[in-house]
Amino acid sequence: MKIKVIVTLKNGVLDPQGKAIQQTLNGMNFGNVEDVRQGKYFEIEVKEKDEKKAKSLVDDMCKKLLANLVIEDYKIV
Amino acid sequence: MRSSVIIFPGSNCDRDMDVALKKFGFKNQMVWHNDQSIPKSDLIVLPGGFSYGDYLRCGSIASKSKIIKSVIDFANSGGLVLGICNGFQILTETGLLNGILQQNKFLNFICSNVYVKVKDKQNKYFKDLKKELLELHIAHNEGNYFCSDDELKSLEDNSQIAVTYCGVDGTENETTNPNGAIKNIAGIFNKNKNVLGMMPHPERMIDKYLSGEDGSLFFKNILDNFK
Repeated sequence: MKIKVIVTLKNGVLDPQGKAIQQTLNGMNFGNVEDVRQGKYFEIEVKEKDEKKAKSLVDDMCKKLLANLVIEDYKIV
Repeated sequence: MRSSVIIFPGSNCDRDMDVALKKFGFKNQMVWHNDQSIPKSDLIVLPGGFSYGDYLRCGSIASKSKIIKSVIDFANSGGLVLGICNGFQILTETGLLNGILQQNKFLNFICSNVYVKVKDKQNKYFKDLKKELLELHIAHNEGNYFCSDDELKSLEDNSQIAVTYCGVDGTENETTNPNGAIKNIAGIFNKNKNVLGMMPHPERMIDKYLSGEDGSLFFKNILDNFK
């Protein structure tokens, strides 16, 4: 079963890459871009048929490795 | 004093560290990350570099490698653990040190000499150090130290801030902060001050003909405090 995870920086944590992307977009005449936050996306193939169990495993992975909870939030989608 | 330098795939300051430690009389040995245990040591060093190509987050993969359990046990039993640059990043990822090293504020790789101010001398690394400011070298893309407000307060309350970036006259402000680190933090301790992580490289300042000698003071001081 494939579980998808999105990791993003927490609100309030400076995202210099997102800022640079936003400024570039503004410079390309996408004037109405007000903010960009960059994140990471994972597709994790788990050998597990029960979706609930698979998601709970991935939740553990997020806490232990995929996200650093000091600055990042994660969402299992 | 016996020391061990851990080598991860992608470490590149391990041999510089070995040379520096031996120059000042440490009995140093190199330890591969996949080993189960560390030979008897008084100091363990996690060197600089780009362990695992900085994949995921700097230091995150190395912080789960086989040898790390022994490093954590050693640290928790009071042993001296020093992480330089990527080593500092690994220590934050293991949880031995608070916070995280984020990408530099202006998105640039910085390679230059800097001055750092020694903020605390009640520890085995800096006790009785003759200088207040050290000229050291930094070379990193992710040295922008960040932690939560609560963690920062606790670092300040327990004097866990080890060194901060400053000017040649000791000024600490935005212009003497190379990477955007909060409070100009260049290095921190754990609560017991046996674990030290810092971005600057003392091992690159051990020869007056090459760079400078403030790194020599650092290593000699550890030896003096150990005796």
